[in-house]
Amino acid sequence: MTHEGRADRDMPQRSLSPRQMDRFHESVLPYLDAAYNLARYLVRDPHDAEDAVQEAFLRATRHFDGFRGVDGRAWLLSIVRNACFTLLRRRRSGSEVVEFEEEMHSVEDEASGPEADLARTIAAEQLHEGLARLPVEFREVLVLREMEGLSYKEIAQVAGVPIGTVMSRLARARRQLSVALTAGPEESA
Amino acid sequence: MVCREVLDRLSPFLDDELDAFGSREVSRHLESCPSCAAAFARQKQLGETLRRDLEYHRAPDLLRARVLRDARAAVRRDEGPFFRAAAHPWRWVSVAAAVMAVAGGAWLVASLPLMAGGDAATREAVSSHVRSLMASHLTDVASTDQHTVKPWFSGKLDFSPPVTDFSVADFALLGGRLDYLQGRSVAALVYQHRKHIINVFVWPDTHEQAMLASTRQGFNVILEKHAGMAYCMVSDLNPVELATFARMLTAVSLPPR
Repeated sequence: MTHEGRADRDMPQRSLSPRQMDRFHESVLPYLDAAYNLARYLVRDPHDAEDAVQEAFLRATRHFDGFRGVDGRAWLLSIVRNACFTLLRRRRSGSEVVEFEEEMHSVEDEASGPEADLARTIAAEQLHEGLARLPVEFREVLVLREMEGLSYKEIAQVAGVPIGTVMSRLARARRQLSVALTAGPEESA
Repeated sequence: MVCREVLDRLSPFLDDELDAFGSREVSRHLESCPSCAAAFARQKQLGETLRRDLEYHRAPDLLRARVLRDARAAVRRDEGPFFRAAAHPWRWVSVAAAVMAVAGGAWLVASLPLMAGGDAATREAVSSHVRSLMASHLTDVASTDQHTVKPWFSGKLDFSPPVTDFSVADFALLGGRLDYLQGRSVAALVYQHRKHIINVFVWPDTHEQAMLASTRQGFNVILEKHAGMAYCMVSDLNPVELATFARMLTAVSLPPR
């Protein structure tokens, strides 16, 4: 993260009443770890993840008036993921940008599903490697589902896409990851 | 349903996101089709691998301090937030305290003797959890109000456990009681998530230990030592949701100023 990035960050505004602060404390702040974990997997850099999360919390305090529901986690995580995607776009600009298209990023869909058996224990490094190679939109749904245990409806809210899209992204993310893990690191590039 | 349709639905079936009809159709097919059943087993295994082996990155303390500082700065000053904050001192960490904690290297990784001690604590905590459910003696003070439960402990314990109600996140505080673990009095906080009861045992411990999850007698247990307190959570709730709860609990349990 560069210092120019920090310069255009919004400064805290005195936007919360003490009563709102209490609600913010109870319904949003407890998800700081969830926010950071998601950011780590999306931007894959500790410093960028910290910047994205701090920025997201600033936005959250400013827009807390708009928080109606009871699901503080999904509400916060949607702000976090947007901050991360903004950061990724900025990082990518200048280099070749590959926009994500729903139908493009899929491996061969074979009805027989010939994924060979996953080794009983996959090395954690290999797992991270496989995950890192997935499009960020696929990593996002996997982290939200497997690590946060969110429902499809909640994931749809976080990612800002229809539930049907969540369903197909998850299915293809899993298939692609399991193919990558079976193929081994040297073949999956 | 033919194989192709079943394979397309394996992922939502695994996540319990199909409607009742679709779900019945898939499970019926899996019973009679070994090849689809094998594909399902692989998908399930992938999920287990991810949940077990992926590292959960918890927010660094400096980030926590920055976020809290920003949040505090966002409160309108004219309404006296600092007086209100002072009423709940355990909620706030000063940046200085966090910086000192980090600089002082207070974040010690769990050592082996600690793990052994943790194991004994875990065993006793599970027994106590079972006792609390069977004897229908769940709480000494039954209240969903953290401002009732927290003062109840003072005078009964030589420390003050952090008590927060997480009803907004569907982890409702039911109350608290006194309990004994490892030969000392501890606070037991009782929470409910859907039908699941969670016992949280809290006692002072100056060590730091990252979240340690285990399963004992069919119960999921998480032990964590953080900010001067040890937390041992026991429940029949699934490990993912119990870990979510554990992170919420320790996120608001910050080092006192």
